[in-house]
Amino acid sequence: MKFHDLSIQEMRQKLLAGELTSIELTQQCLQRIKATDSQLNAFITVCEEEALAAAAVADQQLATGSAPLLTGIPIAVKDIFNTLDVRTTCGSKILDNYISPYDATAVAKLREQGAVIVGKLNMDEFAMGSSSENSAAGVVHNPWDLERVPGGSSGGSAAAVASGQVVATLGTDTGGSVRQPASHCGVVGLKPTYGRVSRYGVIAYASSLDQVGPVAGNVADCALMLGVVAGYDPADSTSVDCPVPDYLENLNAGVAGKKIGLPKEYFIDGLDPDIKKAVDAAIETYQQLGAEVVSVTLPHTDYSVACYYLIAMAEASSNLARYDGVRFGLRQDSGDGLIGMYQQTRSAGFGDEVKRRIMLGTYALSSGYYEAYYLKAQKVRTLIRQDFHDVFSQVDFLLTPVAPTPAFKIGEKVNDPLQMYLSDIFTIPTNLAGTCAMSLPCGFSKNELPIGLQLIGKPFAEAEILQAAYAFEQATDWNKRVPEL
Amino acid sequence: MNSRYEVVIGLEVHVQLTTRTKIFCGCSTEFGQGVNSQTCPVCLGLPGALPVLNRQVVEDAIKAGLATNCQITPRSIFARKNYFYPDLPKGYQISQFELPICEHGWLDIETEELGGKRLGITRIHMEEDAGKLLHNSDNSSSVDLNRACTPLLEVVSEPDMRSSEEAIAYLKQLHQIVVYLGICDGNLDEGSFRCDANVSIRPWGQKELGTRSELKNLNSFRYIKQAIEYEVERQIDVIDAGEKVVQETRLFDPDAGVSRSMRGKEEAHDYRYFPDPDLLPVDVSADWIEQVRKSLPELSTAKLQRYQGEIGLPAYDAGVISSDRPLAEYFEAVVKHYNNPKICSNWVMGEVLGALKDKKLEISACPVTPELLAGVLIRIDDKTISGKIAKTVFEKIWQTGNTADQIIEEKGLKQVTDTGAIEAIVDEVIAANPDQVAEYRGGKEKLMGFFVGQVMKASKGKANPGMANQLLKKKL
Ligand SMILES: [Zn+2]
Repeated sequence: MKFHDLSIQEMRQKLLAGELTSIELTQQCLQRIKATDSQLNAFITVCEEEALAAAAVADQQLATGSAPLLTGIPIAVKDIFNTLDVRTTCGSKILDNYISPYDATAVAKLREQGAVIVGKLNMDEFAMGSSSENSAAGVVHNPWDLERVPGGSSGGSAAAVASGQVVATLGTDTGGSVRQPASHCGVVGLKPTYGRVSRYGVIAYASSLDQVGPVAGNVADCALMLGVVAGYDPADSTSVDCPVPDYLENLNAGVAGKKIGLPKEYFIDGLDPDIKKAVDAAIETYQQLGAEVVSVTLPHTDYSVACYYLIAMAEASSNLARYDGVRFGLRQDSGDGLIGMYQQTRSAGFGDEVKRRIMLGTYALSSGYYEAYYLKAQKVRTLIRQDFHDVFSQVDFLLTPVAPTPAFKIGEKVNDPLQMYLSDIFTIPTNLAGTCAMSLPCGFSKNELPIGLQLIGKPFAEAEILQAAYAFEQATDWNKRVPEL
Repeated sequence: MNSRYEVVIGLEVHVQLTTRTKIFCGCSTEFGQGVNSQTCPVCLGLPGALPVLNRQVVEDAIKAGLATNCQITPRSIFARKNYFYPDLPKGYQISQFELPICEHGWLDIETEELGGKRLGITRIHMEEDAGKLLHNSDNSSSVDLNRACTPLLEVVSEPDMRSSEEAIAYLKQLHQIVVYLGICDGNLDEGSFRCDANVSIRPWGQKELGTRSELKNLNSFRYIKQAIEYEVERQIDVIDAGEKVVQETRLFDPDAGVSRSMRGKEEAHDYRYFPDPDLLPVDVSADWIEQVRKSLPELSTAKLQRYQGEIGLPAYDAGVISSDRPLAEYFEAVVKHYNNPKICSNWVMGEVLGALKDKKLEISACPVTPELLAGVLIRIDDKTISGKIAKTVFEKIWQTGNTADQIIEEKGLKQVTDTGAIEAIVDEVIAANPDQVAEYRGGKEKLMGFFVGQVMKASKGKANPGMANQLLKKKL
């Protein structure tokens, strides 16, 4: 059996029919990880023992017939999610060997549905990066070309699905961290509306932008995963008490009669020609499926990268203050007193990109600069949000590229942070607006690198973009291709 | 009052709320529990944990705001105050900066020196407390985070006070209010009511404020007064010596009676306040404010006025009883059962408070309930017992918890009102004291007290003193 050709629902059918046990499935998954991860480095921690124990429980549940949606199915989560008893490093030396006393809400929901958590996925340290090169656990490699980055920060989450290590994963998306790696790895990734999924237990990078998102090999699995983790959580004040629809129910509703907006600011001259070609073809496919396509404008798009980095870094500078060596994690203390301990711990514990963002964020909040930077960025954010609000009164959803280029080479942009920041140019505005968006495979470049298509929906209209994505997936076969490893 | 300088004082008071759980998590706020036993991922500041606002804290803040004549902000915002310290788990304190929950209030105070004066309250905001550092014998430190994330209200006054007396009057009134509202236990020793004072001086007539120093660690009204007075003298000395007062934080040492500069430590702090993205704005509807307003207890100042006016208690009694909400409620309950406020107040001020003081008890623990006390007063009123016997009855009630009627019955304490019986005793007393009788008849009328006393003694206190008096007069 070719394990990674199965979808979640196919696995479930086999498990329920008794053709396969969860132990077998989990062992195959662990073997696949063993066989491929020396090349990919997608995992920071593989928890074989705990996974097999959970699989044994799942098999019992399957035998008794009371088996919820994900019973016995191996899943992995980004190492930004706190997991009881298994270390949570967030890709940082400062949390090396940190073990959380509690599960993140999203992880708890996976467990409630019977999922077998097989491990913790590699990522840019504290989710700060667009290439998964900034990890204390080392660089993640793109399964389609091991010399290239998988995108970031949820690079491990996308690479693991693309390479068939696991069928689905959870990532987080603050400025494109689910969609951009999904695009670079040729898988489906969704960033829900801010508030759709609880952030409780997800290590904070930029609290007003962070959102949990699923990554899967196809649209239906992505929809199923979203249904599991979505919903109001009293432990997260910013989660929204809004009913969660059954995302699978009307997945095949089609796009006939839908109005798709093409924001002209996203189809810029510098766009990689392969990407332009793939996205144009996708537009044509949608027209053939009966959708109407119109040009729209999001006039403040140009300011979004600057706005995003100011807000994200300001929030990060505060969110990361708790890593001070006092209560948990790394502590370096050569006896120079309290301030010395803080400085040594944080100097040794954080990587360069994290330090850069803490310093810039601290600066943006400092007295005398707050108005010019942080406050101005908040005002711009309001304008960007208004852009989306306006455009959604004209169209049902937006269609854009995910990234301006396919996956770049490892090391290509590490010394040019600004160039790196611009790789999130098409994904950032939706985080600022708080609305939902997803990435799905829509073609390949001349170099056989996957290209992603972005659908941006109205707030809490995840079902609508999933339906549109499903229609596209049915009409094409881009998601059927898998990398050779 | 200084002849050359005007003193300017502003106060910041931290009121620890008595909510059952902390402000942003479900941990208990109980004092004196095992180190770090009242903690969870949220108040430990663990990665990924998020705050959830305790609605009771908002309600308590609204109460405090209404009781201090503040405007309640319809949409207030929590902000992060960023600084590093080992007792601050997240590296920031969740507080309010722009848009606090209450603004623009005032309190009216009275001092002997000046009479009445209105003092402004700039703002009241909600925030979380920090933990507590414990210094170990080996020179290391540990941190107890039981107190971290317990709810505080910070009440910031305008710099309206002009003497330590005014400052104390303001503080006492604020203290009384928060305790009356039931939102703070008012315990200064345990730090439930902490005060920082900003003190400056300026030549009389000068408009601009002088440079202020901030006095910290003031945990009794007496220390606050001492610290302010010490600081005023110190600033006068500094200026008189031709030097300038520097803006600084000073820690008061009550043992030495002096304050010391904490210079360096607090210097040039930039707290980088910004709205906390983990918490939604706090929306307070007009309906909610109205509900809270209706639920407010009658406050001490209102009671004081009512006791003096409507009820007609002497100023002193009215002051004592209204100053303490449980005492006032006790008093009012007694009056409910026996509608003679003056007599009730006499007994509450006398027997009840006296006995409580002897036994070192709080009014809430008084074994003589208002109803039991009223039972005694009713029996005095209907002349079943005399005032004197009533004191014995009160003691017995204290010991047994029985009603006055049970005790009167059981011990045979019923007042003798039978003329014949009293007359017999009167005759005996007259016969036994021929010398005094002669003196009385010779014009020494003061001796009447002696005869009444003898009759009461002989009757073991049960004779009706009025009747004894009448009969003695007749027979003598
Ligand atoms: Zn707690």
